[in-house]
Amino acid sequence: MAGAKAFEPASPDPPVAGPAMRGAGARRSSGFRDYLALVPFHAYVALFLILPTLIVAVGALTTAEGQTTLSNVQTMFTDQVFIDAFMRSLQLALITAIAGAILGGLLTWAVATGDPNGALRTLVVAASGVLAQFGGVMLAFAFLATFGFNALVPNIFKNVLHVNVMTDPSWLYGLTGLAAVYTYFQIPLMLIVFLPALDGLRQEWYDASASLGGSSWSFWRHVGGPILAPSFLGALLLLFTNAFSAYATAAALVSQGAPIITLQISNALTSEIVLGRENVGKALALGMIVVVGLVMTLYALIQRRASRWVR
Amino acid sequence: MTATTAGTATAERAGVAVQFQDLHRWYGKVHALDGLTIDIAPGELVALLGPSGCGKTTALRALGGLDEVDAGRILVDGRDMTHVPANKRGMGIVFQAYSLFPNMTTIDNVGYGLRLRGVGAVDRRKRATEMLELVGLAKQADRYPYQMSGGQQQRVALARALAIEPKVLLLDEPLSALDAKVRRQLREEIRRIQIAVGTTTLFVTHDQEEALALGDRVGVMSAGRLEQIASPTELYDRPRTAFVAEFVGLTNRLRGVADAGAVQILGTRVPLLEGSAGTGPVTALVRPESVKLTPEDGANAHVLAVSFLGSLCRTQVALPDGDLVVAQMAAAEMAGLAPGVAVRVTVAPSPVFAVTG
Amino acid sequence: MTFTPSTPAGAAPADTPLAVRSTGSGRGPRRRRSRFHSASRIAILVIVLGYLILPLFAMLEFSTRGDYGSRSLQSYAAILSNPNLIDGIATSLEVAVLTVLGMLLLLVPTMTWTVIRVPRMRRVVEFLCLLPLAIPAIVLVVGIAPMYRWMGQHLGAFGGSPLTLVFVDIILVLPFAYRAIDAGLRAVDVATLADAARSLGAGWPRTILQVIVPNIRGGILAASVLAVALVLGEYTISSLLSFNTLQVVIFLLGRRDAFVSVAVSLAALMFAFVLLIVIARFGAGSRAEQAAEEEPVR
Repeated sequence: MAGAKAFEPASPDPPVAGPAMRGAGARRSSGFRDYLALVPFHAYVALFLILPTLIVAVGALTTAEGQTTLSNVQTMFTDQVFIDAFMRSLQLALITAIAGAILGGLLTWAVATGDPNGALRTLVVAASGVLAQFGGVMLAFAFLATFGFNALVPNIFKNVLHVNVMTDPSWLYGLTGLAAVYTYFQIPLMLIVFLPALDGLRQEWYDASASLGGSSWSFWRHVGGPILAPSFLGALLLLFTNAFSAYATAAALVSQGAPIITLQISNALTSEIVLGRENVGKALALGMIVVVGLVMTLYALIQRRASRWVR
Repeated sequence: MTATTAGTATAERAGVAVQFQDLHRWYGKVHALDGLTIDIAPGELVALLGPSGCGKTTALRALGGLDEVDAGRILVDGRDMTHVPANKRGMGIVFQAYSLFPNMTTIDNVGYGLRLRGVGAVDRRKRATEMLELVGLAKQADRYPYQMSGGQQQRVALARALAIEPKVLLLDEPLSALDAKVRRQLREEIRRIQIAVGTTTLFVTHDQEEALALGDRVGVMSAGRLEQIASPTELYDRPRTAFVAEFVGLTNRLRGVADAGAVQILGTRVPLLEGSAGTGPVTALVRPESVKLTPEDGANAHVLAVSFLGSLCRTQVALPDGDLVVAQMAAAEMAGLAPGVAVRVTVAPSPVFAVTG
Repeated sequence: MTFTPSTPAGAAPADTPLAVRSTGSGRGPRRRRSRFHSASRIAILVIVLGYLILPLFAMLEFSTRGDYGSRSLQSYAAILSNPNLIDGIATSLEVAVLTVLGMLLLLVPTMTWTVIRVPRMRRVVEFLCLLPLAIPAIVLVVGIAPMYRWMGQHLGAFGGSPLTLVFVDIILVLPFAYRAIDAGLRAVDVATLADAARSLGAGWPRTILQVIVPNIRGGILAASVLAVALVLGEYTISSLLSFNTLQVVIFLLGRRDAFVSVAVSLAALMFAFVLLIVIARFGAGSRAEQAAEEEPVR
């Protein structure tokens, strides 16, 4: 399109200057005194978070007499009780994370495809915020009120449907019960974590795919799916950590033994039965930190990758 | 220079004719499209211009099949496409932002449409590379969108849209999110490519400079209706409604008295354009370049400010009755003009549009 | 157990390819859903929401049982006449309030300072605030028990009271409070505000208190509400340090009086729900404005 313009229309008023630059302007270099103001925060975190963690780590590697040892850590790998507890915790976390991710993911999709300003979305999102924070003890009681002795569901089966099902609530107090209850709080958590990702799918991408000849399926297969995959995976990891670290629910439901690792740790903490076993509890705690730390690092890496694309 | 399509004999006529016939669209109570009727000739680039909410984007999306219409028909190459789903219309679209799929490289983005059509990997890559060369980005083939600037992304989006050899090319404010300088460069490129490929194109924008510079014809829209569709020069010199007269270019509002097809403004008798208010006191919409200033001692109008714009100069003048007027002239003519100088203001006799009041 | 990122999932975007608007809104395009889409949507909503609502309904049913099969609110009334419960509620509320204050005192100046003066430390502060997510409460309590033993022995009456829970609750709250306040700080150009205030002669304390804080009200409120919800729901650390907070009392009560414990659980849940609606309302104003600004020009 070379050539002189036949005319140049008088341009309208010059464009308004862009929004003021953020964070620009003279940021005087930070002097020593500036860092001083951050000391209280760091000191507090060091005292109440780092120090306890170090106490756990060091304690795990110390005998009752104070000598450095690996025996506590070894016990973790040799004592069948501990191995089983770890395995069960991992399994429980994995299963409920997957169940929560799938069910929660479906729910999120159902909510995201609805009216963005509608009542359903507002209520479900608000309710999810509450349910995800639902303390473990209260949740356990909720399930007891639902499936326990003389509870709603057995009563309905017995009195309304005249069927003798679910009269024995003992399943609630074991791993099955834990799985059911854990899944219950995984679903809202999934919604909260995953909904922003679904919302982040741009209208333009869908329209572009359609205009280029793609069906709904093509969009999901080539664009939507790949974009959501990291967020979904990240959410799954978050759910895993959540279930793995859970204590309160199990404390409220499980009456016999300590099938999962968090209960083992609390037992070690409160019982003075075997002298010298105290530090084994710390070793178990250290083991937990390692697992959770690994998962959270993976999560952080995935998050960074995901956000790179969808700026 | 906005060449009409008739002049470019070398371009391939890949375009088809497009017709909007009395389109209506409601969003709740808002009448987004109000009887829109436009005929676009094959290979023509029509720019739809208007303020926010005037319906121009709605019209584009309706043509692309991304939105429904409540009444009326859309014909492409003679076929009624009104109810054809978007993925069967064979149109290329470029959006204002977020056009590209972020999880694919440039070349995969461009080849997406071809992939959906079952084109093999080798042919796909070849064709996609051709398209990228057309927009000058062949070297960025393996980059991701987030690694490229806004201007580059829009060029890739254009390549992607053209890769499927669309019947119609739809551009929804593709330059609005870009820097001023990039905008101007890209604008020229888009026009050059469009003429070379010859695809019928609908270009939506709220920037009148863009519309006038690009379009074979420009359609001005307001509140769902088409105010006027004409070549840029005709739109500028002979606006048919007050809205067009004021939206396109700068206008001065000067009071005068009209009768018998002309209006008396500041002592000069000026012919009226069709559609103007006919008699009595009117407000005439006068272009700055039609306002003439002559420094004269004792005159009752005086200069308020002078703006030097390189080749042009704009002067703000206060009239005795308090009205403000802006005059535009070549920089060479600004001698003698300075704030406070008394000037005599007259109006050239080129036809103007006038409204009552 | 509580593990909620505080990013507001509630803010609905102006436009998503998935969303279907009701016709009356008059704003955006209306996309017709295929029948398969609608049917599966309803099925999912019924099944999943049903699973979520069932225990809540069961709690309601259970806690409103009266004598001889009647419906009654006696379990709720019993809450008020149970001294342990009242104590537990009071204790938890006291800890909650102090936690909120401590958290705000610790985080607001620190975070504001990193934005204005020491941006390099922003990453560090963020990492430290999110670190508690990687350390389960059960693990934290193992490491912090010796410290609490020390406090009990050497800090007299205070050292043995439940109020010392504030120290560890602040840590638990950090990740969620950080996210909430950070969102508030990002929404406003804090650096420019501070520059403006300082250039007009305000000292730092005044700048923070009178200029910055009012502008991040939404974030502060959200952080506070989340802190309260978390403290009220905290069981792990309280029980293992042998303090009788609300959750501990509910737990102990559960052995003896199932009905009242379910009643108070449901009441606590409703309370948290109301609190969250409050943030949603309060934050909705600014979010709606933001959303409106981001609407693409059509």
